[in-house]
This record gives sequence, structure tokens and C-alpha cells, in this order.
Amino acid sequence: MEIVLVGLNHRSAPVEVRERVSFTADQARQAVAELRAKGIFHESLVLSTCNRSEVYGVPPESASESAAVLSDYLSRFHAVQPEHLSPSLYHRYDRHAVRHLFRVASGLDSMVLGEAEILGQIREAYRLAYESGATGPVLNRMFQGALEVGKRVRHETELGTRPMSVASAGVKLAERIFGKLGQRTALVLGAGTISEQVVSQLRDRNIAHLYVMNRSRDRAELLAREFAGKVIGWEDWDAALALPDVIVASVSTEEPTLKRPMLAKAMASRGNRPLFVMDLGLPRNVEAAAADLYNLYLYNIDNLTEIVEQNRDARRSEIPRAEAIVEEHVEKFLTWQASVELIGMVEALRGKLKEERADFVRERVERVPHLSPEQRVQVESLMDELLEKLLLDPARRLQGEKDLRRKIQNVEAIRDLFLPGKERRQ
Amino acid sequence: MDHLFFLLTLAAYLGSFACYVGFLVTGREWSGRVATLLLACGLVAHYYALLERSRGLHTVPYHDLSGSMSLFGWLLALTYLSLEFFHRQRSVGALVLPFVLAFLLFANAAATNHNATVPAKGVAFALHVTLSILAYAAFGLSCVLSVIYLTQQRLLQQHKVGSIVWRLPPLDLLDRMSQSSVLVGLVAIAIGTALGFVWVDRLTGGVWHYDPKYVVTLLVLVAYVVYLRLARNPGWRGSRASQLCIFNFAIVIFSFTVVNLFFSHAHRYF
Repeated sequence: MEIVLVGLNHRSAPVEVRERVSFTADQARQAVAELRAKGIFHESLVLSTCNRSEVYGVPPESASESAAVLSDYLSRFHAVQPEHLSPSLYHRYDRHAVRHLFRVASGLDSMVLGEAEILGQIREAYRLAYESGATGPVLNRMFQGALEVGKRVRHETELGTRPMSVASAGVKLAERIFGKLGQRTALVLGAGTISEQVVSQLRDRNIAHLYVMNRSRDRAELLAREFAGKVIGWEDWDAALALPDVIVASVSTEEPTLKRPMLAKAMASRGNRPLFVMDLGLPRNVEAAAADLYNLYLYNIDNLTEIVEQNRDARRSEIPRAEAIVEEHVEKFLTWQASVELIGMVEALRGKLKEERADFVRERVERVPHLSPEQRVQVESLMDELLEKLLLDPARRLQGEKDLRRKIQNVEAIRDLFLPGKERRQ
Repeated sequence: MDHLFFLLTLAAYLGSFACYVGFLVTGREWSGRVATLLLACGLVAHYYALLERSRGLHTVPYHDLSGSMSLFGWLLALTYLSLEFFHRQRSVGALVLPFVLAFLLFANAAATNHNATVPAKGVAFALHVTLSILAYAAFGLSCVLSVIYLTQQRLLQQHKVGSIVWRLPPLDLLDRMSQSSVLVGLVAIAIGTALGFVWVDRLTGGVWHYDPKYVVTLLVLVAYVVYLRLARNPGWRGSRASQLCIFNFAIVIFSFTVVNLFFSHAHRYF
């Protein structure tokens, strides 16, 4: 019941290699089916995101060989020369493979520390493999554990709670004021890249209405079409400013586009409902004096950048707590794995002892002349009883062993002594 | 026996407070759940403490300062717990529990040894007092929520976004929680006051016996109706409504202290 991981990520491989070795959903299905058909893995799962491609598997043979075979398979599957791919690949086994996956699920191994998207990607990869029938008890347990770890880390630490980009910081601040944005309206001034990032974040949060204003109406229409918004003419300020709860301003301008009197008038016309203004332009798009208007919250690019920096430090300080949660779950998984292995080992040992007993009876007991068939059955039954006793007591003690390291060592020692040829990889 | 229940209540509330603080600071979900559980246990123990006291008095357990403060603390905790469940938001628990604990401890400090039998009895009287104190507790809770609102709003406007700000409820939710609490208080005070008239009628045969407390209670009622009306007006919603809510609670405090102690004939401690 060994576990093998072979993969590459943003740290081990340049983007040119990563993009060649990534899997689409169909390719992932095809790969797990082939790995099973070729007898490389009993169970397998492909996790492929923009920053990593990893294959997890439970092989029937020695893990070392399986890893090598899998590396060759990846080279062939993606038509990449092995000498180009091998330096980028990392191999992890058993405990280290489990820890790796749990760290990935926690966001500890991500390019942006604590990013939330990876958990959804793991869930999707698991669903895909599960529906293809490629997973079994080991990978099911391992990936369910990974999803649990990811959730716990995000709930119990600040690793994933605080925004790490200016766009997400702005949107999260809007949520501090309005709560869920599902009933809210946003107005986006400008149609550049940064506006697009914010709009994408707002759409992810199901913003109810989205309006776009831009000097170039064509670009405004492009952005509005992409995110199911509506365009408002550049001169139509009175109508535009009466609508939104959130304004995102990112326009190239020499002078502030939104002056205090304009916003004061807008606030009055909208009954002073709270208004959150994200000024992402440089030079600033919103006159700073507008910040003192009642119920208006104004954040410029510097304010948001400062928050992102604070959050980055806060996230780093959470790493030890997240690692502790990961370790806790790794131990939990290994305890389960050791228990399952113990049950399997006891069954194997019982089978072997029964075979030995049968041979012994055939060779020795049947030669005793004065034993009647009834007495022979009685002797066999007594021998069975003795074997069960010899087997069950240590098995029970081993099952109840609290020290995981000792438990694993004992299981391996018994396997080495009584079941040679089924050694586990170290 | 009631001392044992007091100690159990105190331990549960203290544990709950510690866990709520843990939840607010670290965001650990289990800490929040334990806090809620301990608060519920504290409420049960507190209920039995009040019940024991009631048995000693042979009437409602709050015909003195100690009893009414203890009941205030219990109802404050109960109202908060109801709001926590209703709005699925437990991060303000750390800021409400200190008030619950303060009322419990003051009540214990003000307790007297002799439990004199009091003339005020009957279901109408019990409901009148209980609902009135429930209203004050709900108004007190809305005041705490309004203070949190104003503090958080100030921090957001000054761009001081520390870890606590990310954990507190959004401003909009705080506003709604405050309004829910006031609504509970208004319903309670309206029914409680009506029952007070019924009880006076039965006791004396006449509905109207002038007491300055009536006037102030009416003022409190009107003040909170005005708050509820204005809090739903976009121009008032937010900091202005929160300030009004705090001002209204100042009237409640005035009614609870100055009016009770110096002007009222029949309302000494509620």
C-alpha cells in the first residue's frame, strides 16, 4: 500500500516545461485509465493547475520502479524528451507524498502563499479521478484528508483570509462594508487591465449589477460584454453616480475625474447610502477631499498596497500554525494507513500459518498410525486454536499501540520476519 | 445551592468569554463553537440560579437590585445568543460577554442575605417585569452593536485595517443586528408595559396611577420607534442611526437609574 507522487511545479520547472506537461480534463482521464491498464498503478489521480502537474498513485510493485516508470510515461504522454523533463520532476513517497499533498491543499506550496483556488482545483481533480473509477481506498482517504486540511487551515489561520492583491483587497474591503455583494451595484471607470481584475473579482462574488464607463466606448463595451455588464456614456455622470454602491476608478488622467462636488451631489441624490470608492488610478482619479463625505469610504492605490503588504506579513507569520495542522493530519492519515496495513498483514499471516499447519499435518500428523480420523480432526482444531491465540494477542496489542512510529516499525518487523518478499519501501 | 449555580454560571461565562476572544483573535472555528456551547451552558446554570432565588422569595426573583441585575445579565446573554443564531455571526460575542459578566458580578455583590417576601405577585406582574428587563437588555445589546459599528467604521475610514477588522461582521450586518435587537426590545417593552397596566388594574381597581416611569417608558418607546424608522432610511442608515441608538440607550440608563431611584413610586429596580 505504498504511495508515489511524481510531479513538477513553479519551483522545480520553468513555465515552458510546465505548460508542456499540463493536463486537460480529458487528458487526465486518459492518463489514469492508461496507468491502470498498463499496471503501473492500482489507484491514480492527476492534479494539474497552471503552476503544477502532479500524478499520485498506489503501485502494485516497488514504489521506486513505479516512479521511474511513471516519469517515462509522462515523457511519452507529453512528448517531451526524458532528459529535458527529468531535472524538473520531483518524486515523493508515502509519508512525504502525503505531506506534500496536504501542504499543497493548505496553500503552503502555492506561488501566492495561502491562495484559495488550489482547494477547488484539488476537489475537481479528485472528482474527476473518482468518477473515472481511478481512485481506491488509499487515494480516497488521502484526498478527502487534503480537502479537510485545506478547509481547516483556511478557517483556523489567517493564511487564506486576507487578500494578497490590490484588486482582491479592494473587493474584500467592500465586503467589510456591505457584506455579501449579491444585491449590490458596481460602477467601473476605465477598461484597462486593473479594471478587468477587479471586475473579475466582483463577478466571482455575484455582484448584482455592473456598469462600465470609459472614454473609448468600444473598450467599455468589450469589458461589459465579457462580464455581463452595461455601458454608460462617458458624459452621463449624474445618472451614473446615482447607481453604484462600489466605484472602481482606474482612468489615465492628469486631473482627478471624480471631484468632491460631483460626489457630494451624487451622495445627496442617492440619499447618502454608503459608497465605497476604489481609486486605482495614478495620478489619482478621485479628489482626496471627497473622503470626508458622509458614508463615503475612499481607498487609493497606496492605501490598498499598504494593506496588501500588511497581509503578506500576516500570512507569513501563520506558516507555523498551518504546518502544525498539516502534520496533525499526516499523522492521522498514517495511523489509519498503519491500521489498514496491520489488518492486511494479519490476514496474510493467518493464511501463511494455515498453509504451514496444513503442510505439517500432511507431513507429520498423518504419519502417526494410532490416530483415528476424529482424533486427527481434534488435533487440527487444537493447532488452529493455538495459532489464532499466537496471532491474535500480538495483533490486538499492535492495534492498540498509540505511538505511530512504534506501530509502523512493529508492523514492518513482523512483515520482515514472517512475510519475506513483501518488504515495504523505506 | 444558588451559590453553586452562581459559580457554575460564572465559570461558563468566563470560559465562553475566553473562547469568544480566541475566536475573534485567531478565527479558530472550534473556539467559536465552544464559546457558544459554554454560553448556552451558562444560560442554563444562570436560569437555575434565578429559579433558586425565586423559590426563596416565593415570587419573581428580581424585586431587588441584585435580582433585576442578574436577570438583566441573563436576558442580555439570551438575546445575544438568539441574534448569534439568527444572523449566524459570533464574532461580536467577545465584546458582549464582558457586559454579561459585569451584570452577573454586580448582582452577586449587591445580593442581601435575607429574602423578604414581597407583595408583588402573579403572572401578569412576572411577565411585566421580565419583558421590561428583556427590553432593556435588547436595547443594551443594540447599544453595544452600535458602538462596534462606529468603531469599525472609523477604522475603515482611517484605513486602519488590522486583523480584528477582517473578523468583525460587515457594517451592514452590524446595522441589521442592531435593528433586530431593537425590534425585540420594542415588542417586549410594548407587551411588558401593557401587562403592567393590567396588573395595576387588578391590584388597585384603576388603570392609571401617575408614575414618572410611565412617561419615561413612553419616551423610550417613541425614541426606539424613531430609531427603527430612521435606521431604514438610506440617509440615516449607518453611523447616524448608530449614534441615535446609543443616545436612546442613554435614556434607558436614565430611566433605569435616576427615574427609578428618585422619581418612581413603584419601579425601584426595573
